[in-house]
Amino acid sequence: MTGQEIPAGESSEAVIQAAITAGNAPCLVWNVAPAAVPQFQRAGGLVPLNSFDGGAKYADQRVGDRVDQYVSSDGDLYQLPWKSNPVMIIYNKELFQEAGLDPENPKLATYDEFLSTSETINSELDIAPIWPSADQTFYQAWFDYYPTFIAATGGDQLVENGKAQFDSETGLEVGEFWRSMYEDGLIPQESSPVDAFAEEESAMSIVGPWAVAVYTDLDWGVVPVPTPDGKAPQDIYTFSDAKNVSIFSACKNQKTAFDYMKFATSEGSDRRLLEMTGQMPLREDLEGRYADFFDENPLYAKFAEQASRTVEVPNVENSVQMWENFRGAYSESVIFGKEPVDKAFSTSAKEVEELVKGQGR
Amino acid sequence: MTGAARYIGYLFILPYLIFLGLFLAFPLGFAVWMSFYDYFFAAPSAQVERPFLGLGNYSELLLKDDTFHTALGNILVFIAVNVPLTVVLALVLAAALNAKLPGQAFFRTSYYLPYVTASVAVVAVWGYLFFSDGLVNLVLGGLAPHPSWLVNEFWAMIVIAMLVTWKQLGYYVLLYLAALQNVPRQLYEAADVDGAGTLGKFWNVTVPGLRPVTLLVVILSTIIGANLFTEPYLLTNGGGPVDQTLSPILYMYQVGIEQADAGYAAAIGVTMSVIVLGIAAAQRFVLERE
Repeated sequence: MTGQEIPAGESSEAVIQAAITAGNAPCLVWNVAPAAVPQFQRAGGLVPLNSFDGGAKYADQRVGDRVDQYVSSDGDLYQLPWKSNPVMIIYNKELFQEAGLDPENPKLATYDEFLSTSETINSELDIAPIWPSADQTFYQAWFDYYPTFIAATGGDQLVENGKAQFDSETGLEVGEFWRSMYEDGLIPQESSPVDAFAEEESAMSIVGPWAVAVYTDLDWGVVPVPTPDGKAPQDIYTFSDAKNVSIFSACKNQKTAFDYMKFATSEGSDRRLLEMTGQMPLREDLEGRYADFFDENPLYAKFAEQASRTVEVPNVENSVQMWENFRGAYSESVIFGKEPVDKAFSTSAKEVEELVKGQGR
Repeated sequence: MTGAARYIGYLFILPYLIFLGLFLAFPLGFAVWMSFYDYFFAAPSAQVERPFLGLGNYSELLLKDDTFHTALGNILVFIAVNVPLTVVLALVLAAALNAKLPGQAFFRTSYYLPYVTASVAVVAVWGYLFFSDGLVNLVLGGLAPHPSWLVNEFWAMIVIAMLVTWKQLGYYVLLYLAALQNVPRQLYEAADVDGAGTLGKFWNVTVPGLRPVTLLVVILSTIIGANLFTEPYLLTNGGGPVDQTLSPILYMYQVGIEQADAGYAAAIGVTMSVIVLGIAAAQRFVLERE
């Protein structure tokens, strides 16, 4: 068994798609983004895991009901949920202190609190309270709107049963929340040329547990994403930012690949993953199973607690077009205020519903 | 010429013909073919359906696709700024560099340097100049536009056009410098006799003498401009703000690579080829007629 890093490219999805087309995809890829699965599946690049003896049961045992989020529209399962990066808000304790805010109990639970805290940071320190990317790329919505949408709706996906959810009352409220941040000049309309949180040009960031290993020089805390009225933390869902494992049709020894996949996602292998990288294995009872690790690593423990309440991108046709369409509407209305949020979201919702039906573009 | 000698010529051009066939004619033909289908790339062993759409991709693109229309409008703005600026600056700089000035070699190298520098590096430097808290706004203070350059719907594409003009200028200056050596000296002497000053000689001798090269510069900068990709991809976050710097080629990339809709992307490519050929033909007609 040999392994290698995914070759450099614009994105790992583009590299994998090229490998599928060339017929030289590896047996297993350990970085499959759920949003790209419909595309890989349409290209005939993936093998359904439920075609292996015990495949469906293995996935079911691993993540329980959450496996439904990963089943494709044809009823087959083309990805084994592997690891998640539950998205949360981290904040710089020193900057909060400097701005006269309580760094141990920051007021960030409701939209009003979040806005008020942001205004204080902005006026006291003259920096961006939080600086999500203004990039138009389709996946950027996963790190501003989507986690807060999931939290506000109690765990809805962007599209459910072919119906767009973001033009609902709650979906619009989330959009208006972000709009007010841009409108008040709290978030810059251009992407930061540097890592704004690391350079202390912003006091907060929306990240996954990878941040623990990255921001080692800063003293920071972590809270769930805000909700309109401040739900209890244990009721807050967020975006999973999962990366999964798939078996590719170009593989000559698919059964061996399946066996290896089971070995590499066993409880012991998941522990190694957790200890070496801090990445959260996507499995039931994560906290209980690796309690000793989380006792020793309290920052990771916060993410692990959130990891049990994550929501995935919808597994639908034209997934990337859908996200690009939504990101365009978000950019136009929320970031740049060229159009009212409700109008932009409503237009996008109609187009998105066509796209997930496999029509339009 | 005997028969064998005639055919040996074909043998000499054969490698280039093979190269052209493999890397130009075949991809072009394949792109045209793809553009009539709901084509997407698939695994070699996969049995997939790619329905024939006829002119479906083209009618969608030309009649319904607002994003493509925006991208097309953007590239026209880009060309309208970039091409005249390129011609004027390259011509003036070439004329200045052709004069016997101290440090001539230094200036010639300086103008050529951006052309051979990697776009990614150049874009990073321009980013630091034009970001909200960049050097340009620092100098301008209260005169800086709001929103700032790269997120300003009016200025973003103009900044990109200026960047590309600056980056490509060295190449066009070189073309003009070479052509300047061919303007007959007698014409300048005759102009001297007629009492023409420096400006008079530039306008009445240099400019007309360089007309064939000007035609080449106009056509080349139009074609290169129509293929704009790297600068909006890197400098304005993939075509922002609100698609105002989205170029057709960047859009083709998004559709073909990110969305894996190769048939539609091919239709964009073919359409752009036809449009650019049309513009180049019109430019040639106008400039040669004059």
